[in-house]
Amino acid sequence: MIWLHSIPLICILLTLLTAAVSLPGRGRWGEGLCLLTAGAVTVLSAALLVDLWRTGESFTFAMGHFPAPWGNELRAGVFEALMAAAFSAVALCSLLAGRERIRQDIAPARLGVYYAQCSLLLCSLLALIYTNDMFTAYVFIEINTLTACAIVVAKDTPETVLATIRYLFMSLLGSGLFLIGVILLYAITGHLLMPNILAAMSQLAASGEYALPTGMIILLLSLGLAVKSALFPFHTWLPSAHGSATTASSAILSGIVLKGYVVLLLKIFYRVFGLEFVHRLRTPDLLFVLGLAGMLMGSVLAIRERDIKRMLAYSSVAQIGYIFMGIGLSTLTGTVAACFHILTHAVTKPLLFCAADGLMEASGRQRDIFAMKGAGRRNLLAGVAFAVGALSMVGIPLFSGFVSKLYFALGSLGDPDKMLPALLMLVLSAVLNAMYYLPVLVTIYMGDPVDGALRLERAKNKGGYILAVGALIGLNFVLGIRYPAVIAAIERGLATL
Amino acid sequence: MNRLNDGERGIFRRFQAGYGAIGLLVSGALAAVLLLTVSYLPGFGQADRPTENEVSQRYIAKGLEETGATNVVAAVILDYRAFDTLGESAVLFAALAAVILLLREEPAALARRMAERKPFEPDQGPILRITARVLIPWLLLFGAYLVLNGHLSPGGGFSGGAVTGAAMILHNLAFGPEQTRRFLSERIFFRLLVGALCFYGLAKGYVFFTGGNHLPGSIPLGQAGSIFSGGLIGPLNIAVGIVTACAVYGIFALFDRGGW
Amino acid sequence: MGENLLRNYLEAGAVVIFSVGFSTLLLQSNLIKKIIGFNIMDTAVFLFLAAKGYIAGRRAPILTGPGGDPAQYINPIPSALVLTGIVISVSVTAFALALALRLYERYGSLDLNEILLSREGEKT
Repeated sequence: MIWLHSIPLICILLTLLTAAVSLPGRGRWGEGLCLLTAGAVTVLSAALLVDLWRTGESFTFAMGHFPAPWGNELRAGVFEALMAAAFSAVALCSLLAGRERIRQDIAPARLGVYYAQCSLLLCSLLALIYTNDMFTAYVFIEINTLTACAIVVAKDTPETVLATIRYLFMSLLGSGLFLIGVILLYAITGHLLMPNILAAMSQLAASGEYALPTGMIILLLSLGLAVKSALFPFHTWLPSAHGSATTASSAILSGIVLKGYVVLLLKIFYRVFGLEFVHRLRTPDLLFVLGLAGMLMGSVLAIRERDIKRMLAYSSVAQIGYIFMGIGLSTLTGTVAACFHILTHAVTKPLLFCAADGLMEASGRQRDIFAMKGAGRRNLLAGVAFAVGALSMVGIPLFSGFVSKLYFALGSLGDPDKMLPALLMLVLSAVLNAMYYLPVLVTIYMGDPVDGALRLERAKNKGGYILAVGALIGLNFVLGIRYPAVIAAIERGLATL
Repeated sequence: MNRLNDGERGIFRRFQAGYGAIGLLVSGALAAVLLLTVSYLPGFGQADRPTENEVSQRYIAKGLEETGATNVVAAVILDYRAFDTLGESAVLFAALAAVILLLREEPAALARRMAERKPFEPDQGPILRITARVLIPWLLLFGAYLVLNGHLSPGGGFSGGAVTGAAMILHNLAFGPEQTRRFLSERIFFRLLVGALCFYGLAKGYVFFTGGNHLPGSIPLGQAGSIFSGGLIGPLNIAVGIVTACAVYGIFALFDRGGW
Repeated sequence: MGENLLRNYLEAGAVVIFSVGFSTLLLQSNLIKKIIGFNIMDTAVFLFLAAKGYIAGRRAPILTGPGGDPAQYINPIPSALVLTGIVISVSVTAFALALALRLYERYGSLDLNEILLSREGEKT
């Protein structure tokens, strides 16, 4: 029991110490250590998930010898454990699949630093998921920002430097808004721990005191986190940052870093303000509208893009739109759908980035989609992986994307005002998704390469790549076929949040 | 390089102008909204505010008894809310690692750069050297004082570490990197940094582990007000001081020449 | 409009400075100015926090003996938060400056608009 409940702490400390130890190392030392830690964290989080799922309980873990309003706390339930297990598994798969590319893109002397940053990124994500304290959340948001920027700029080209600068400054605007929100929250409640703020909030809501500051605080916190998770119209930094980084970084950033903030936002809605209060203040309506706009604009911009990695990055903008739309629906099913889509996108987008990497490799390192004619036949695994990811994003049954869309549609039925726009946009967005994913599929399977020399080449994939891509494909089908269990876990997690 | 034609340039400029107008509007709206919010907040300097609750009262009333530190702020950051401070050291570490990632040169390139720079290095002159020789011992002493007395008086690992780091930067500027490298080579630098961070993580990990599982912690708090008091706060301050001094000096060295 | 705007002059000043920093960070195209804007923004938050911690007529929270009287000392929490915030702000500034240095090495300019313009030119 002691050890099980210490798992969140152990995971956070383990990743932090790994980062410290792998910094001075050169070459393979950091790589092996980081992968090992990510694997250990995945196993530990999965063990925690299984245990919490069986008992259905949640617990808080005091960080020190002082109880709640005085000390600092972690908190874990089914929701947190599920997200932590999924995120660390995706991080592990992305690093494993992108390992060869990292070795090519990043100078050997910098490998240790790169992996230190990756461990620290995982550490900050875990802390964001498990924390029960608003100021701790701010501190780890900043770690997340720094490390996320660092793993983009690790591939040292003019393009990545520029992309990182735009990413960093947009993120700083977001964290500035979040910080002032947290401080205002402290000013009116006198607490920093989530349950204590919630208690103070319910008193304030009952007495009607500080009504305006409270509304502003929710708005500031939501907007701050929305900027950092690239909700339209704050997405401008995303395509260049995700499109130019090394494959593993793109996969990690698109797959899990964007979602870490969404998870935190959900925890803030549930555990800091209380859902009823949030719904009364109509902040979700704003998120709903921005989410709809993001679904549309992300897809439209993706259609215009010929660079495959930038296309995938724009697709992430659209998927983040889905997630915020689901949260904005303000129904339980909508939120469940949003959480399920967090998982769907977390396993699908890294798969697509890794597959795109394999396809690019089989087409002479060209990023242009039209240069990839026949690439799916030259690298079979990458072709299949891209097909699975694309079909899932379009929303074909049996794939995980279908289940999220189904639940988004079900969730929209609960709110008569939002039902029509949500359903229309879901259909439109599915058509738009098909419009950019299917032509790529046709291109990589039909067509012959422009460069005749490529025709006979057959790519050989490394063991790590095969294992990681296989695992991601498997996870995709698990989510698509065994979805009732996952939905049940999310529902139980949200109920105890 | 192909330049844009005038039409495209015009579109870009107009886009920029539109962006500027919207941005200005957003900032103005933010200022107005925040001012409106401030106008509803409890009055400045008042004692009956929501922030004056059982949390801050207990920190003052029982802080010394529970943590052994007379400096309540140190008690808050290194004991009550120590997880934040662990994160804070991790931020420093992350920034240092990111700067290493960006600016570190290979040893060969570093040596070449230093050799190229040599003829252009100004002579520091006797004023700087003698001032540095007089100042540095005092600075180091003051830094150590701030670190070691962090639990008793204003100061602590971060401020003390910053002073110590500044002393090392002064040494470097006055006597040149070769002299500084004699006692702070790359190897020693990384050993200090990683050692301090690992000690910090493990020590706090032990406290979090025992605290979270309601096990007794067995660290004596010591005689209140003496230098050996405050339980782990003193050693933690030293670790934080080392991390901060390393980060300050390391970032300077990387900006200056891309290595140690 | 609430009644405490003038009384909370420090907080009001802090949020105005915050907005100045925010707009500098958002609108300036010169990187160094952007970084300065970020520092202005964070410093404004520290001013806000320090103002929140202050209580008229009370002392800094350095105890002189066990069992301090809460009515004699100011609130220590905002001071602790400012300390954490300063370190974060310094770290982020160091990283941003390193990025600016790298950008200058790559493009020969610190002005984002200029760089974007010349890059658009490369593409066409």
